[in-house]
Amino acid sequence: MPATATTASPALKKSRAISINTSAAVMASYLVFLLLPIYWLLNMSLKNNEEILSTFSLWPQNLTFANYITIFTDASWYSGYINSITYVGMNTVLSVSVALPAAYAFSRYRFLGDKHLFFWLLTNRMAPPAVFALPFFQLYSSVGLFDTHIAVALAHTLFNVPLAVWILEGFMSGVPKEIDETAYIDGYSFPKFFGKIFMPLIASGVGVAAFFCFMFSWVELLLARTLTSVAAKPIAATMTRTVSASGVDWGVLAAAGILTIIPGALVIWFVRNHIAKGFALGRV
Amino acid sequence: MMDKPFNNKAWLMVLPVVLLVAFSAVIPLMTVVNYSVQDTFGNNQFFWAGLEWYAELISSARFQDALVRQFVFTAIILSIEIPLGIFIALHMPKRGIGASISLVLMALPLLIPWNVVGTIWQIFGRVDIGLLGATMDAIGVDYNYTQNIFDAWLTIIVMDVWHWTSLVALLCYAGLQSIPDAYFQAAKIDGASRWAVFRYIELPKMHRVLLIAFLLRFMDSFMIYTEPFVVTGGGPGNSTTLLSLDLVKMAIGQFDLGPAAAFSIIYFLIILLLSWVFYTAMTNYDKGEAK
Repeated sequence: MPATATTASPALKKSRAISINTSAAVMASYLVFLLLPIYWLLNMSLKNNEEILSTFSLWPQNLTFANYITIFTDASWYSGYINSITYVGMNTVLSVSVALPAAYAFSRYRFLGDKHLFFWLLTNRMAPPAVFALPFFQLYSSVGLFDTHIAVALAHTLFNVPLAVWILEGFMSGVPKEIDETAYIDGYSFPKFFGKIFMPLIASGVGVAAFFCFMFSWVELLLARTLTSVAAKPIAATMTRTVSASGVDWGVLAAAGILTIIPGALVIWFVRNHIAKGFALGRV
Repeated sequence: MMDKPFNNKAWLMVLPVVLLVAFSAVIPLMTVVNYSVQDTFGNNQFFWAGLEWYAELISSARFQDALVRQFVFTAIILSIEIPLGIFIALHMPKRGIGASISLVLMALPLLIPWNVVGTIWQIFGRVDIGLLGATMDAIGVDYNYTQNIFDAWLTIIVMDVWHWTSLVALLCYAGLQSIPDAYFQAAKIDGASRWAVFRYIELPKMHRVLLIAFLLRFMDSFMIYTEPFVVTGGGPGNSTTLLSLDLVKMAIGQFDLGPAAAFSIIYFLIILLLSWVFYTAMTNYDKGEAK
């Protein structure tokens, strides 16, 4: 079979070269389509407002970092980032730590109602956040958690816990059961086995689950905005309020937008090979 | 898969998840159900209203219009994103640094906060300061997404395609990667056409991931709120007021608790029902494959 593949006729070689060129062209135009709007935001963030509104240019004529300096020195801006990172971090730790034992149970045992429970978890991923906005507001107000980081972190468990359970279950099912059995025969207790043997085996799964919890909590705005007013206001909400005000500060808005893209862009390289599995809730 | 032991003690490990999700999902949902069957005249006095709110809502033109808009929107973006995603996946580099770079760049829009996605397109489409708007203006196309209904729809659809097509493409790519090279070599020996390779080798292998992509895109497009809210705010008029935008307006803007709660329940049930249909199709397919 390899012989057939290597002795391809000139015509076949030519058609392959054409198909590679078409692929490159398709990919290039798609990537340009994806990156152009982001580039435009970056371009705007490096201009001052006068230049944005008066001259139309494809790159900054008077390069300035003033917009970024504004964000890093003005507490009403940078506290938004701190708030967002705080609740996103809390949510990630909470979601992954409760999901770990549950995912282990789903991947290793059958129990009463397991299939229904698994599907019920998924239904929470299907619930429109708009449905939950008002009841969440009332629930967290009534228990005195309104405008706290923990309220947003808890609210986001609505879709992140099911997500983490599904992703982790996917990775755990890839670990052979014999490993568990051998460890028990060797006299490991369950917690010791889980921490010392099992966790290292599913480390990449934990990383991917954490990445996705981080991401989905980071991109969500409706619930985060509804549950906060001042003390825990997320960066996303700070941005929308600037938009609605008269006389928009476009440069700062663009810089704030660029800064929200950076966390995702930084970590994505490490999960690039698992990203499809994560988006498919561990089902690829 | 079938040799999992039956052990009800596993419930103990699932318990934290169940309690947490019960707190963050079941309690709020019960509140909604509670509101949907009662009426209030203020002062925290509630009266039993039965299914009145449901009847009123279903027959209201406002809800029907939003529902129709939502189905049209979801149908349009599904019919663009699924074929386009497959097409892109077929042209992605298979390995090497090119594959890694493509993966990372393609995933970028997926990781941008949803309101920033809205902001990006809001700016990009503006005639005075946006590249797209200015270009359209320069070539003489009358484009204005805040005034013209067609332009507003076009903008939110292109935005959604920009935002989510990569998800479909990445899933299909993962499906394609699982096809052994031997399949393609065999097809080449048989002299199979490009179409035959796609139809009989690639498409069947993508069946499962396509169902997932379809399910996810259906659910998420049906719940879309933030991006159109930032770009068009539901306008011009109510022309881009999709279900979530309408619901938030009703619940938080006007504080009509009864109708908003009935709205929520119907909304959730529609998504649940359709998702269940897709999910059943998916698991049935898995069973069929295992045999």
